[in-house]
Amino acid sequence: MQYKDYYKTLGVARDASQDDIKRSYRKLARKYHPDVSKEPNAETRFKEINEANEVLRDPEKRAAYDSLGNNWRAGQDFRPPPGAGGFHDFKFDADEATDFSDFFASIFGRAFKGEGKDTRRRRGQDQSIKLAISLDDAFNGATRQIKLDVPEIGPGGQRTTRAKTLNVRIPAGVTQGRQIRLAGQGSPGRNGGPAGDLYLEIDLRPHAHFTVEGRDIQLRLPIAPWEAALGATVTVPTLGGSVNLKIPPGSQSGQKLRLKGRGLPGTPAGDEILLLEIVTPPANTDAAKEAYRQMAERLTFNPRAQLGV
Amino acid sequence: MAQTETGIEGILLDEELIVSFAELTSLCGANSRIVKLMVTEGLLHPLGQRPAEWRFTGIEVKRAQRAMRLQRDLDLNLAGAALALELLDELERLRQRLSILEQQLGTHESD
Repeated sequence: MQYKDYYKTLGVARDASQDDIKRSYRKLARKYHPDVSKEPNAETRFKEINEANEVLRDPEKRAAYDSLGNNWRAGQDFRPPPGAGGFHDFKFDADEATDFSDFFASIFGRAFKGEGKDTRRRRGQDQSIKLAISLDDAFNGATRQIKLDVPEIGPGGQRTTRAKTLNVRIPAGVTQGRQIRLAGQGSPGRNGGPAGDLYLEIDLRPHAHFTVEGRDIQLRLPIAPWEAALGATVTVPTLGGSVNLKIPPGSQSGQKLRLKGRGLPGTPAGDEILLLEIVTPPANTDAAKEAYRQMAERLTFNPRAQLGV
Repeated sequence: MAQTETGIEGILLDEELIVSFAELTSLCGANSRIVKLMVTEGLLHPLGQRPAEWRFTGIEVKRAQRAMRLQRDLDLNLAGAALALELLDELERLRQRLSILEQQLGTHESD
């Protein structure tokens, strides 16, 4: 198992005061709290910060940790010194300590507060994980395989991990940040209490063409100058396949057209919003150059008239 | 020991899911006093006049859960958690607007 440098995790020196430790912990907790943070791996970091704080905030546990010596490096292969299961008289809140690392357990054990005395049925903790899905899966619905390591607390308070795979149906029409609740798939309960729930939070992966706002999707639609000027029927992509769209004559860049109900399904379904963008053909042949020259001659047009120049 | 469970059907917590006062309380691991305070604080907006009639959407369940976690993990009071959630919602809206505006400006195509 790997040695954990709790001082490094909290970004403090080994001789930091308890106040420094508290200040640094609070700052990092606000930064990496999974409900606040956009940092990748916020959940993992938040757990690590809490584990480090659990040890360093308490002078007795900190002293026990310090007694391992300061020659260890983070990530170094760690074997508890003989007799060091020896700090096992520490007690922790069961809910919190379930998540802590094996390194933590090897030093402090898994002795939970009131172990052996507390026989109350306790519900397991809810768990929450982010589930990245494509916009196409959000539109069509999908089944996704989720692999979990489920911690279990044995009768002696020791922890084991069990691999579990869930095949979960993602309903069509899920939007960014929505949660799917899987009842009873969270942490196991204690003393015969029920398991907690597992929440999957939907995180839509960016799409190559569409951006998403709620159930609406938006697309920048390139059109030719003559399509804009004269009007045209063009083929546009939607999540459900291509459709024909009428561009009205006299359209300009920046105008929006709306395909009702072509966004993500729901009640009501979202729309697909098309943002027109006139693209000019390159003048890379003599014929193209000639065509542009003719336009310049025949059309009286000052695109900068509104600027007063 | 590995174990596979197939075809699990979850419940989507969206605008269409409606839960009662008691259900919301249990889903966010709170007690009825705390949920009433969340309503008073303007953090939750149930339909219905009296607590027995209150109905919450799946979106409100998530808000209540986040408020509970923020209070517990960051040592906030309810008003602080409500403020944090409002600012986070605003931040989320602005991020979405920004990504749409970036697309309109073509920022992530030409580079």
